[in-house]
Amino acid sequence: MWTFFAFTGPTFILLAVFIFWPIFYSFYLSLFKWNMVSPRKTFLGLQNYKDMFSDDVFRLVVKNTLIMAFFTVVVKMAISLYLATQLNKKIRGSNFYRAIIFSPTFTANVAIAMVWAWIFEPTYGLMRSFLRPLGLPMIDWLKSTSHSLPAVIIVLIWSGIGYDMVLFLAALKNVPLEIYEAAIVDGASPFHVFWKITFPLISPTTFFLTITGFINVLKAFDIARIMTEGGPLNSSNVYVHYLYQNAFQWFRAGYASALALVLFLFIMIITLIQNRLSKSWVHY
Amino acid sequence: MKHHINIRALASKLFTHFVLIIATLVIGLPFVWMLSTSIKGPTEVAMFPPVWWPKVVRFDNFVTAWNTAPFGRFYVNSIVTAAAGVILGVVTAAFAAYAFARIRYKHRNFFFLVMLAAMMIPGQVALIPNYVILAKLNWINTYQGIVVPHVANVFGAFLLRQYFLTIPDDLYDAAQIDGLGHTRTLFHVALPLSRPVLGTLLLYLFIQKWNAYLWPLIVTNKQNMRTLPVGLAMIRSAEYSIGPEHLMAASIFVLMPVLIAYFLAQKQLIEGIAAGAVKG
Repeated sequence: MWTFFAFTGPTFILLAVFIFWPIFYSFYLSLFKWNMVSPRKTFLGLQNYKDMFSDDVFRLVVKNTLIMAFFTVVVKMAISLYLATQLNKKIRGSNFYRAIIFSPTFTANVAIAMVWAWIFEPTYGLMRSFLRPLGLPMIDWLKSTSHSLPAVIIVLIWSGIGYDMVLFLAALKNVPLEIYEAAIVDGASPFHVFWKITFPLISPTTFFLTITGFINVLKAFDIARIMTEGGPLNSSNVYVHYLYQNAFQWFRAGYASALALVLFLFIMIITLIQNRLSKSWVHY
Repeated sequence: MKHHINIRALASKLFTHFVLIIATLVIGLPFVWMLSTSIKGPTEVAMFPPVWWPKVVRFDNFVTAWNTAPFGRFYVNSIVTAAAGVILGVVTAAFAAYAFARIRYKHRNFFFLVMLAAMMIPGQVALIPNYVILAKLNWINTYQGIVVPHVANVFGAFLLRQYFLTIPDDLYDAAQIDGLGHTRTLFHVALPLSRPVLGTLLLYLFIQKWNAYLWPLIVTNKQNMRTLPVGLAMIRSAEYSIGPEHLMAASIFVLMPVLIAYFLAQKQLIEGIAAGAVKG
């Protein structure tokens, strides 16, 4: 027993201090008004939570975050599933294609945001030279209240396709070949085979990627921070970025802690639903 | 008839290549564009439609970019914090993994669940409390402040435990007969046999720490303690009036080590992830 605790001790002490305790401490802080430095904290009760409901920026931020999560996950997964089915065919160069498409997964978000900000630059940016032949007007993506959030979403999709594709590909490779052969002998069209056989068989991966993808976008910070700083007029401000601004730019530690706790509860609920659902309706 | 089928098969193969080439271009072009911009002169940067290959290749952009901010210092900070984070992370994870795989204890499963629960808690929730803890320890603007809060590594512990469980009992028993204690069994039997998964884990953790932005941003406010991503983001602000060519050159500083590691070990990294490593 003592060896057990000696071996797991470092991990558990670190988890206790930097992961578990912060949840309770966040709740404690969320009951106060505090600027993070002053020794004095003013007790507010649940006022910070009430303030969230009357905070227009908070409402906009939640809306932005949900829009971002929905579009990023749906578009990214549709594209990556399609690419995975193509990569799953025995073709030359598939390792090369896979390596390039996957590469943004390991690329620093800061550098990704940097190059995309330059791509979206209205006068000399690469995006303009792709959109101009289509007859589209010059857009200053990152400074437009209607285009800043889509710009961030485009970057998240771009950088996330590879990861989803690799997981879909692994799932597709697990589908036994005999099933396809049997279906083809029965005269089923490839389209039918995909939707009636393949798609149900890879549903655990689809489900896993939907949930984790959704949660990851809820936690996204880097791209929005660097490309737009949440602007203009909060049009691309998202949850963790707003939390960061409250805590570390405006020193509203109490309110930011309330934001953190709400995010935590929301993610916990999604995770619990995931555990429930993956047991009941996903085909294995 | 047979001829006809061959043409159809060929057409479908060509179509597959067509789709994958488009995807590869869409993903790859931003990298090419970054590289292309980084070697342009200021007039070619401000040209529309853009030029892909400049008339005069300007490598001096890299020198200028390097000198806009203490990039040498950023490099040292990134290497020290990423390396320390990876080593401490893997060692603590290996001990925990070994305990969960090999050391019998009544409430082992309970503690295992507690550890897995930590994986579900989003780190973003802990930002403010962790900052407060580090401020109390006087660890703001220190390497340990950047490293220690993210040492505990449940994913790594889980991954190694799964691997340790696949090692046959005979090998552990032989170690015991030879008089090796648990610590030496871990270092002389379990870890050497786990080399493939260990390599992937090390690389994966290194890249993750190298690329980290939010936490190093919060915990450093002195320029000489910044890591590369934080330093890179900083030079984009108004006080540094440098051109896109320098920003792209500086971005390449940040990307280079990871891209090299990635292309050397991409098969191992991608397959490690595909093998359900991340799925848990």
